[in-house]
Parts: sequence; C-alpha cells; structure tokens
Amino acid sequence: MKVKVRFFASIKEAVGRDSEDLELPAGVATVAALRAHLRSRGGAWAEALGESKRVTAAVNQDMAKPAAALNAGDEVAFFPPVTGG
Amino acid sequence: MKVSVQREDFDLSAEIRRFKDPKIGAIASFVGVVREVPMALEHYPGMTERSISRIVEEARSRWQVMDCTVIHRYGELQPGDQIVLVAVASAHRAAAFAACEFIMDYLKTQAPFWKKEQTAQGTRWVEARASDDAAAERWK
Repeated sequence: MKVKVRFFASIKEAVGRDSEDLELPAGVATVAALRAHLRSRGGAWAEALGESKRVTAAVNQDMAKPAAALNAGDEVAFFPPVTGG
Repeated sequence: MKVSVQREDFDLSAEIRRFKDPKIGAIASFVGVVREVPMALEHYPGMTERSISRIVEEARSRWQVMDCTVIHRYGELQPGDQIVLVAVASAHRAAAFAACEFIMDYLKTQAPFWKKEQTAQGTRWVEARASDDAAAERWK
C-alpha cells in the first residue's frame, strides 16, 4: 500500500523534506503506526516525531486521530500544533 | 460566503461593503495584527481553505449568519501588518458577535497555519498556546 506523506513547519525542517511517496510495510495501517514507522528511522525522525512531542496528523486534508485507518493513495500529513490567527 | 488564503493585504471596509442582503442589521468583524516581531506564516494549501470553510459552516449551523468573509494571509509579515480578517453579517448583533468569536477561536486551533518569528537572535517557531485550546473548547 502506497501513501503520500507530507511534513510541515518545524517537522519539515527537522526531517529535511516536505513530502515523500512511501510504500507501507505490512502491518502499518494507521496514523499512529505510520508515525512509529517513520520514528524508527532514528535521528531527526525519532526526535521530531518522538512520543513526547505534540504532533498533529491529517489524512486527506482532514485532522485525523492516531487510530485513523490508512488506505492506498491517502495523503497523510504530520505537523506541529497550529499557530495561525 | 468568502474564504481566501492569500499573500496580499486586505481592506476591511471593502470586504464589508460586499455584504448586500437587506435583512442584514449587524456586522461584527475581527482583524488580527502582527505584534512586535516580523514573522513568516506557512500553511497547508488545500487543507487550509477546507478547514476554514468547515469552521464557517459550523458557525452557520449555530447562528443566523447571512454573510461571512474570512481572509487569512501567509508569507512574510511585518509588525503592524494585518494577518487575519473575520467579518460576519447577521440580522442582530448577538449572532454576529458570537459567530465572529467562534470562527476566530476555531481557526486558531484547527486551521493549518504556523508562525515563525524572525528575531535578532534568529528564527523561532511559535509554540501553540493552551489558552487557545481552552478558547475553542468552551464552544463545545
């Protein structure tokens, strides 16, 4: 299953990219599992997506909870809490 | 209803003049301004417009909103620059005030914008504030 992953703001800067197309390993089927999978890359990934960090996720441009299921072709975004207005 | 995410500045009085419904008796507006420090605003094109439109729809389901304009800027902004406009037209002031405040409170916690301040010491991402979460929470 392939998804597009996007990163914004401080997370984008930390991991050094704004997006990537990713083939999900078997068993990675939720937002939380994808975050853990990215974290397992270590280094800046483990830091920026660390469990103690407040990270917000969106699936197909709607805010998504950690348990939200992923489907092929989804656009999944990770970003810090928003600070607009 | 108008939602715009743009680099360009906006003109509050020009936006309000667009409200033409003869049943309108009250217009409440809010303008957010850059305070003290230059900043750059990043956003998530597509999701931003979508989330603001959803917030406006939620306001319309709660109050009589006859017209509404939300404009949010992104890019480089200087102290004193306008960042955000919310203008709500209704028959009476109570609905206009409430819907305007509701839209701002939700926009602060739901719309995907991020501020990066540019100080003499370097750049710094602005941290989300618990008081903004609390402000949105009280409408539940």
